[in-house]
Amino acid sequence: MSRLNLALLLLIGCLAALPLFGGAYALRLGTVACMYAILALSWNVVGGFAGYPSFATAAFFGFGAYTVGVLLNDGVSLALSIPIAFVASFVLATLLGAVLLRLRGHYFAIASLSLVEVLRELTNNATDLTGGGMGLNIPLAAGSGIMADATFFFFAMWGLLLATALMVIAVSASKLGFGLNCIRQNETAANMVGLNATLYKSIAFGLSACFVAAAGGIYAAWVHYIDPSDVFDVLYSVKPIVMALMGGLGSPLGVVSGAFIYLGLEEVVWRNYIQIHSGVLGVLIVMLLLFLPHGVISLRPGMFWRKAKHV
Amino acid sequence: MLVAQVLINALVLGCLYACIAIGFSLVWGVLNVINLIHGSFIVLGSYLAWGLYQAPGISPWYVLLVAAPLFFVLGYLLQRLLLNRVIDAPVLVTLTLTFGLDLILNNAMIYFFKADYRKLTLSPPMGSVSLFDVVVPVDRLLATAFALALTGVLYLVLRRLRVGRAIVAVRLDRDAAVLMGVDVKSIYAIAFGLGAALAGCAGVLMALIFPISPLTSSTFLGKAFVVCVLGGLGSVSGALAGGLLLALVEGIGSASIGPSHATTLSFALLILFLIVRPQGLLGRKGFE
Repeated sequence: MSRLNLALLLLIGCLAALPLFGGAYALRLGTVACMYAILALSWNVVGGFAGYPSFATAAFFGFGAYTVGVLLNDGVSLALSIPIAFVASFVLATLLGAVLLRLRGHYFAIASLSLVEVLRELTNNATDLTGGGMGLNIPLAAGSGIMADATFFFFAMWGLLLATALMVIAVSASKLGFGLNCIRQNETAANMVGLNATLYKSIAFGLSACFVAAAGGIYAAWVHYIDPSDVFDVLYSVKPIVMALMGGLGSPLGVVSGAFIYLGLEEVVWRNYIQIHSGVLGVLIVMLLLFLPHGVISLRPGMFWRKAKHV
Repeated sequence: MLVAQVLINALVLGCLYACIAIGFSLVWGVLNVINLIHGSFIVLGSYLAWGLYQAPGISPWYVLLVAAPLFFVLGYLLQRLLLNRVIDAPVLVTLTLTFGLDLILNNAMIYFFKADYRKLTLSPPMGSVSLFDVVVPVDRLLATAFALALTGVLYLVLRRLRVGRAIVAVRLDRDAAVLMGVDVKSIYAIAFGLGAALAGCAGVLMALIFPISPLTSSTFLGKAFVVCVLGGLGSVSGALAGGLLLALVEGIGSASIGPSHATTLSFALLILFLIVRPQGLLGRKGFE
């Protein structure tokens, strides 16, 4: 295991100590931090390793949230409904991936984006099952206090983040990760030397969907109320990309740090400039792409104080 | 008679869809950039028409003459100063950059104009014409005529003008165009400016028909996407064909299975086309 991956696990391990220090606010922030890191890490599998610009994160987030929401309303326990969402989204994404991943570049980006729209519209229209535009209320877990509830959901999200990180590390060290790298660099050539590109890409798409769906499920159980425009928000697709770009595309440690930095910035902006927060996010994106295209992970101490050599 | 009404509505709406999509298609085809600010440009054009009609009372038809140069300059500068810097970067970078710019513009519009829905109502109203049982409002017909005229103007620019030929040359083969002495960066800026100008003009026309709000920008963008994919990229006739097809599918879909499923239907059609015929109805194969 490389040093960077060890540092990643250490970073996640440090996060687990959060309940010792903070109150309810810190727990909420920590839960969101874990959720963002899961989304960004998962996106990194298909966007960073395989180089496919996927905008489907929101689709699977919403899918997971609604699966768990509907199951909880039917009286299935949380411990059972999240694995169901996990498996269902993996199957769904792998099947969809086998079709959608034939497209490349912009076409794939648009197809994955419209997947979000289609699922949102379907959820909106299936009023009997999902409550449609009125949203879905999710029953509270009986008998636990506010702090116990907050701690429980923090550790649920944290555990999922740990699992996601282990999955990403395992993928990057395995034959699958190697194959995805080949696909990113030159898919035609990878196909030529006998790599089953469609299979690899579909599995990557499935892996990038199932943890997101589980996170969506925990989110739904955590906030107790979801509606289509909330969980199928395109911003859930875009934010992981910004985080990954912020931290450094393809590097798990970079991506997770990007997610944490992004959350910090978002929190500051939300607090101080609520009316213009999306504009500030836009400025941030533009500056980032123009001035730091390879992310925080590309920063080196020498970049700042080394003097130019005389030629 | 219902069938005739649905068909006429689709025809009128289709021309407007084509007008929405044509600037988007030009930018996508020539620059290979998916311009996510397009929807916000359209809404900004609508606000321009609304504002000029409220205060000095200028009729929207004349606002077109103001909107076109204004948006051209805006688009030209945006491309020159920002987008040209990352134009050679991977797909993801340009896409995310225009998304960021869209967030800024959209937030600015919500901040200054508020998210309330507004409506530009012409006084006196222009009424409607009816032939047998088919009824069409006059302002909608006029807007369609202007949309077709704009499409025609773009066609002529690309066909007849020197700069239009250069744009087509860059679209067909960028490297060969460079060898022929075309200044690609400046052509990019001009093409983006044209795209923005068309978006602004489309916005002025939309103001007559649809309610105006910053929140509608994503709807316009979605339509532009679908029209481009259905019709094929970068060609004027492709955008027209795509617009008409989309309007027809939506019209027939809402009439037969209900309006709430029309959006789902159009996006399902989009995914189907992407898989089966990614070059669109009139596009050529092998161009990405």
